[in-house]
Amino acid sequence: MTFMTDRKRAIGTGSAKSGTLSHWHMMISSVAMLLLLPIFIFQFGATLGGSYEEVVAYYSRPVPATIAALTMLVTFYHFRKGVQTLIEDYVHGVARKVLLIAMICLSYGAAAFGVFAVLRIAL
Amino acid sequence: MADVNRGNRPLSPHLTIYRPQLTSITSIFVRITGNALLVAALMIVWWFVAAAAGPDAFATADGFMRSWFGDMVLFLSTWAVWYHMFGGIRHLIWDMGYMLDVDKSETAGLVMIIASVLMTVLTVIVV
Repeated sequence: MTFMTDRKRAIGTGSAKSGTLSHWHMMISSVAMLLLLPIFIFQFGATLGGSYEEVVAYYSRPVPATIAALTMLVTFYHFRKGVQTLIEDYVHGVARKVLLIAMICLSYGAAAFGVFAVLRIAL
Repeated sequence: MADVNRGNRPLSPHLTIYRPQLTSITSIFVRITGNALLVAALMIVWWFVAAAAGPDAFATADGFMRSWFGDMVLFLSTWAVWYHMFGGIRHLIWDMGYMLDVDKSETAGLVMIIASVLMTVLTVIVV
């Protein structure tokens, strides 16, 4: 037992038996967002307020476009898992299933729309 | 019923009569801000989709974003995103096994509140 790591001891416990991986994914996405979001906030904030031509020109550049696309992917993945925790804590029965399906579809759908839009502007 | 002493035992405080504490309040606000940020996230996706669709669609989305309502949502979301981010940093520190004592958690909670307000002011000034 003394040779087991903390992670090894945590894996497979809890009612769902898969919480460790879920938590690890939240850690990865949160660290990714620590890097992405501050850049995205100031880039997006500076662009908002510009004309249509200025916005399209700015997000045609490789770095702002890649930052925006990555931010949307990681943020909606993080949201999809975060909102699942919220729903599982407060909603029960059929409403829980319906809400979970709706929010998961919304998260991946919004990420797809966002990434496609950025690519469309950039390319 | 075997327990004849019912009613005379100390009860664990229930959620509704529990005194609000800095640790519990800062924690619940991490949850509230994180989930409420969906509104701003969807608005921003709409804005990008509209910019990809063309000038007319962009004018509609951009007008909504820059209206008093859009402005209010974006301003509150600016604070929410910074607050949630500092809350996330606190969680990452906890996950590494540091600052788990009550007094250190409360210090971190105060830092979260002050830092999120400062970053919101900075964002508004820069943007």
